[in-house]
Amino acid sequence: MRGVLSRLGQTLFVLFGISVLVFAVFFATPGSDPSARIAGRGASEETIARIRHEYGFDRGLVARYLSMMDHLFLSRDLTSYVNHGQNVVAEVFHAAPVTLSLVSWAALFWVGGALVTGMLAACFAGRWPDRLLSGLGILGLSVPVFWLGEMVNLLSQSRFHDTMLFRWVPALGYIPPGISLTGWAKCLILPALTLSIAFIGIYGRILRSDLLAAMQEDALRTARAKGAGPVRLWVFHALRLSGLSVVSLFGLDFAQLLGGGALLTEVVFALPGVGHLTYQGLSTLDLPLIMATVMYSAFFVVIANVLVDGLYRLLDPRIGSRSGTAARGGRSHG
Amino acid sequence: MRVSLAWRGAIGRPSVLFACIVLVGLCLSACLAPFYAQGVGVDPFASNLAGSVMRDGRVVDVMQPNDNPLHLGLTPIGPSWRWGAYSLGADSQGRDVAARLLYGGRSSLLIAGASACLCLVLATGCGMVAGVFGGWIDTVLSRLLDILWAVPVYLFAISLSVVTVGHDLRFGPFHIGADSFLLPIGIIALIYVPYAARPIRARTRSLMTSGFVLAAQGLGASPVRIVLKEILPSLIDTLLVLAPLIMALCLLAESALSFLSLGVQAPAASWGSLIHDGEGLIYSRPVVAIAPGLAIVLTVLALNMLGEALQNGVRPMRTR
Repeated sequence: MRGVLSRLGQTLFVLFGISVLVFAVFFATPGSDPSARIAGRGASEETIARIRHEYGFDRGLVARYLSMMDHLFLSRDLTSYVNHGQNVVAEVFHAAPVTLSLVSWAALFWVGGALVTGMLAACFAGRWPDRLLSGLGILGLSVPVFWLGEMVNLLSQSRFHDTMLFRWVPALGYIPPGISLTGWAKCLILPALTLSIAFIGIYGRILRSDLLAAMQEDALRTARAKGAGPVRLWVFHALRLSGLSVVSLFGLDFAQLLGGGALLTEVVFALPGVGHLTYQGLSTLDLPLIMATVMYSAFFVVIANVLVDGLYRLLDPRIGSRSGTAARGGRSHG
Repeated sequence: MRVSLAWRGAIGRPSVLFACIVLVGLCLSACLAPFYAQGVGVDPFASNLAGSVMRDGRVVDVMQPNDNPLHLGLTPIGPSWRWGAYSLGADSQGRDVAARLLYGGRSSLLIAGASACLCLVLATGCGMVAGVFGGWIDTVLSRLLDILWAVPVYLFAISLSVVTVGHDLRFGPFHIGADSFLLPIGIIALIYVPYAARPIRARTRSLMTSGFVLAAQGLGASPVRIVLKEILPSLIDTLLVLAPLIMALCLLAESALSFLSLGVQAPAASWGSLIHDGEGLIYSRPVVAIAPGLAIVLTVLALNMLGEALQNGVRPMRTR
């Protein structure tokens, strides 16, 4: 119980730290006076002063920070600096389902792909299928996701759009599942595949080395000695043992993508998700919108951290009071 | 000098040979970019919308009339695939794509290399301080790194870039121009510090309890001496494995930032901004966007292969 409470305290501290960081970056940076930007180019000194007063930029940083947090979390009526009167909390909740759909599809592909490639590579360790898969894995995580997206668009929207292969691809954009369930699936398959390529590479390689390490464990030697067949050995014993680190990594990556890490994919495929919203806020320097999306994103990441920690302890009783998760492998570059 | 375990394990592998050849070739071609531009007589940074070029013995315009039925707008000239000016065609401003590709490689490789070095220096500092001193210093540093770690890397880099890149910044006596490479380098280095600091901290912690460090402590060595003479030389392997992997990540981050026009500022170009330039021509002249993308893939692939080979050198045999 004490562990859970201290973890919760740390979580709140991390969330607080992130919000302060974002706030400080936006107000303490030279050359980023928001009132001048809101007033527009060539505005008079009086207009800027009036805006500064109206938006409360003449108050202290602490007061400004507290008022923004109050509007964001308690009254939930924080409005945009750029599109006047637009409620940014509602915007984020509007964009979240798009990102959730995209990332869920991608997760489906990347878990499936990683399981297949990781198991195959481990089974053929050191032989040519292993080498081939490992080479493909490195290639997958070396491709910039936005360029891959452009190439997929080039092939599916233009060059080969009229061939059998890509005739089904709808125009760029998002179709909600409420309007057409098949349209929803069709518009997300290619973006999700693009997003998942790098993750298949990372996860397949981690799973492979974890499987090989698990095969050396005493439990596996015992199972083999008791006459377990290869399927039973690989799937029920080795996979369960090596699943732990992949599960923890998956939780963190999934949360990061949900929180806007899929920004580049969303921009290239014109999907109006949270990442796209963040990008929009950043390109217009709309602090309330950025604060809302970043806090939303940090919230997911931190919650995932806590969940993964709990799951880790539940699955592997040996770990006990270990703090933090053993995150390995590459960071998401969606 | 002691030969590093990682390097000894990696040397002589075909993948390492391939990676080294690719990387050396890319660096050389980036260095020789001005010679190419002068040799074929093109300016990679000035727009050349009214220019013309010799093609198959005839003088043709760089910007050709569109082949759509209405002949609206102009399409840049396509690739000739032969040595000479506009061998890879022109971009929307009539500039030579091949020359821009070489010049873009200079910025991309420079920024990626410099930010990887800076990142490793910062991460070594953080990781060693946290690992050597432990206690509350370790807790505070680890929590700070956790904060950085919790924000999706690209979001973090993009938000930092939006507020800083493209403005003239003054920090007291220091002045950073709007088109300086220092900002992208600093930002990209910063976002990957937690990624590199974690393994360095873990390695330092385990070294602190190893026999030779305990012996040095028993002999009364100062913490400074322990850090410089005992810990740092033993971290070489960890750093050597991390260096190419971090540089690969830095190159990808740089290209993503430049793709969103938040990294290298015009008129300078990097592979990421070249892809951005090619985005508008993707359906008519796809080579403008394909070529820089392939260059990124090749570089990152070589760096990742090098990193993996070095990693295999230090890892025990059974998990290879």
